[in-house]
Amino acid sequence: KVDAERKKTFVLKMPMELTQSRIQKIWLPNDNRPALPRRSCGPQLANSPTVIVMVGLPARGKTYISKKLTRYLNWIGVPTKVFNVGEYRREAVKHYSSYDFFRPDNEEAMKVRKQCAMAALRDVKLYLTEEAGQIAVFDATNTTRERRGMILNFAKENGFKVFFIESVCNDPTVVATNVMEVKLSSPDYRDCNSTDAMEDFMKRINCYQASYQPLDPDDYDRELSLIKVIDVGRRFLVNRVQDHIQSRIVYYLMNIHVQPRTIYLCRHGESEFNLMGKIGGDSGLSNRGKKFALALSKFVEEQNLKDLKVWTSQLKRTIQTAEALQLPYEQWKALNEIDAGVCEEMTYEEIREQHPEEFALRDQDKYYYRYPSGESYQDLVQRLEPVIMELERQENVLVICHQAVMRCLLAYFLDKSADEMPYLKCPLHTVLKLTPVAYGCRVESISLNIEAVNTHRERPEEAKKGPNPLMRRNSVTPLASPEPTKKPRINSFEEHVAVSSALPGCVPQEVPTQMPGQ
Amino acid sequence: SPARELTQNPLQKTWEPYDNGLPAGHSAQRGVCMTNCPTLIVMVGLPARGKTYISKKLTRYLNWIGVPTKEFNVGQYRRDLVKKYKSFEFFLPDNEEGLKIRRQCALAALNDVRQYLSEENGHVAVFDATNTTRERRETIYKFGEENGYKTFFVESVCVDPEVIAANIVQVKLGSPDYVDCSNDEATEDFMKRIECYKNSYETLDETLDKDLSYIKIMDVGRSYLVNRVMDHIQSRIVYYLMNIHVTPRSIYLCRHGESELNLKGRIGGDPGLSVRGKEFAKSLAQFINEQNIKDLKVWTSQMKRTIQTAEALGVPYEQWKVLNEIDAGVCEEMTYEEIQENYPLEFALRDQDKYRYRYPKGESYEDLVQRLEPVIMELERQENVLVICHQAVMRCLLAYFLDKPAEQLPYLKCPLHTVLKLTPVAYG
Repeated sequence: KVDAERKKTFVLKMPMELTQSRIQKIWLPNDNRPALPRRSCGPQLANSPTVIVMVGLPARGKTYISKKLTRYLNWIGVPTKVFNVGEYRREAVKHYSSYDFFRPDNEEAMKVRKQCAMAALRDVKLYLTEEAGQIAVFDATNTTRERRGMILNFAKENGFKVFFIESVCNDPTVVATNVMEVKLSSPDYRDCNSTDAMEDFMKRINCYQASYQPLDPDDYDRELSLIKVIDVGRRFLVNRVQDHIQSRIVYYLMNIHVQPRTIYLCRHGESEFNLMGKIGGDSGLSNRGKKFALALSKFVEEQNLKDLKVWTSQLKRTIQTAEALQLPYEQWKALNEIDAGVCEEMTYEEIREQHPEEFALRDQDKYYYRYPSGESYQDLVQRLEPVIMELERQENVLVICHQAVMRCLLAYFLDKSADEMPYLKCPLHTVLKLTPVAYGCRVESISLNIEAVNTHRERPEEAKKGPNPLMRRNSVTPLASPEPTKKPRINSFEEHVAVSSALPGCVPQEVPTQMPGQ
Repeated sequence: SPARELTQNPLQKTWEPYDNGLPAGHSAQRGVCMTNCPTLIVMVGLPARGKTYISKKLTRYLNWIGVPTKEFNVGQYRRDLVKKYKSFEFFLPDNEEGLKIRRQCALAALNDVRQYLSEENGHVAVFDATNTTRERRETIYKFGEENGYKTFFVESVCVDPEVIAANIVQVKLGSPDYVDCSNDEATEDFMKRIECYKNSYETLDETLDKDLSYIKIMDVGRSYLVNRVMDHIQSRIVYYLMNIHVTPRSIYLCRHGESELNLKGRIGGDPGLSVRGKEFAKSLAQFINEQNIKDLKVWTSQMKRTIQTAEALGVPYEQWKVLNEIDAGVCEEMTYEEIQENYPLEFALRDQDKYRYRYPKGESYEDLVQRLEPVIMELERQENVLVICHQAVMRCLLAYFLDKPAEQLPYLKCPLHTVLKLTPVAYG
């Protein structure tokens, strides 16, 4: 009734006056009515906060899935954080002695473990209710109905939705590989040799086996929202998907795989417009750009890859570059460079002269800034999401694209925030080689030693750091996955490696910053 | 060898390599070519489980996103062969004559599938029949293998008698089979028909069918079992099937109110509403109020004219950039006369193939469809929605709901100040 009354009042008053926000170019009503909840950019992805609860024996990929999913959700703009109970345990119990800690009859340890789970849940609540978090990933074994029941009660008390992700795998080879990839280098085993570590860990897994109650969507768990991932993605069981974000999560999980592969990212060769300092447009390659294309062809051949897919945009310069490879390639319009709208084909000097306010605004907030009649980095992320999804499905891929586009893709792989994304270094004539390793991505920067202009503009001194928190609300804002509340004391994955075929006089090595968040 | 020259296709504005003046291979356009080998989708399930509903809807979706798809309903073949349906006895498992005819129909349908996929450039064929025995499915799978098709099974399992009864009322009572029967007679006969299949029904099995690619849909989408998704198109099919629902609801499509540029006959731009446009917005508010719609979601583009229109409703709305009008590139804010004058070739090309024609530095209808796909997916998930958009955008969305092919899409009538109310009914 109140709504009907309010509706009637609005029908009568009706100024419909709008103002366009200066940075994002979003039309908003310019009177100060009590704000009707208004979404600026795309569908409202989730209403109540969601707790994602991982389920599974040790070494089933729960942490791998947690981190990867969190990275994806943050990139598409859904604030997400992982809460790994193992890390809380490592904080509480400074030194791990052996699998005995995990024996079901070890009452002292059981107490500690339960306390750690509770501490993690407290932090989940804080994150979702006071820190603007939208999704919390509760990463622990959660193998008993009792534990899951406790979590469900916790969620109910706080008005959170719950979505379970169970990883089931009985293939001993897969389990052994997981243990080698990520467990042997865990802080728990820093004083052990590999054989001892492996033996201890297998006994640790055994501790959970007897009490493991897998999710049972046919009967006991039929009311729960869940996905069961079986045998590393061969098979999935999905029950009661409640909303849009859960549907996206399911789709993502069904598209990722763990096959070793490499993703190569590079820009087109130097273009005629690059030489003139003009942005955008659809120019062809300069002479040096053509040289790069040939060098790229040689590089690709030397990599000796099985079944390389090559993707380009629909702009001439990336296609010309691909042509030199003499391999089949696919053109994606979604990979086109950011549309600079009225500033297309201008130099930065011309923009500064003719659109001084726009020029300043862009430096103020480069991620959200939308060119008049053009796009923003934020728009780019939305248009690139299908590319990311298909990259996840694929194996070896070379993506020949553009500066802003490459920054967006790189931010996804390296877990970079919206704030950092527009300033990632993606120089011409340099290939970034990304290899999945442990929980993240190894990146190698390879310059092909062909001179080119430098198109990178550093963040200006006076530009504020960090996106305006008011603007972050309800928008597609990639965040880097937040630091876990309890940090492991030793990194459990490799640092990035920078490789260059250094020769005197080559373009200075610009190595993108490091590894994904913990 | 030197890099091949690139030429820009005048219609689609795509760059293509030329070898001695002839278009060369090595380049594919993403978005259309999503499949390497053809895909055979095989429906599985007892009668009245929604197989035909799913077949038709999936076919409509795949065609809309540009994957040539066709459904082959074996029941239709049976109706063509056996002119008059007498009773459920035709389907008795010991009716030799009936079995022979039914098998014949299945083979005839498969033959047409082969023609469609191997000779008529079809990408996906949906084989709509009960396919409830392992033996029948093996025959089909072998057929697929022999012809180089990937096979993907879609099984619908449902035991809820209410759902089945509702299905029968929705789509079976009106079937040609029961044209001379009363509703009660038809229902009784159909229930006996279902019984004929039950004894021999072999559901897709976790162990026996572990090497097949399939999705098992349970209880109209409450849960799903997905096994061995092989490629991109199967992944998209699974995602689509997991997002559709059958809850009754209505979708309202309309354009923004008349704009200042509409008045001047200019296309594109980002103008505000004219006086009449504002009147429309008020009327729309009144119309929506009168419709008394439960939990209506309102979506607009990010262009001023749709937002102004939504503002009049006094309810929350969401702005989607992907609902923005087609980008007319260099022709933005021109009148059609000015376009004809300044860009006569472009003007002519657009009339030649309006769906594929891309404005210089702009978009085509084909591009629009690709950018609107997430809107369609979310519309499938939602219930009551009002979409306030633009002419070209509305045509694309309408074409999806009304199953209009690419050739007709750019000419669908979407006048200003008119609301289209879409309600799902039976198979459409």
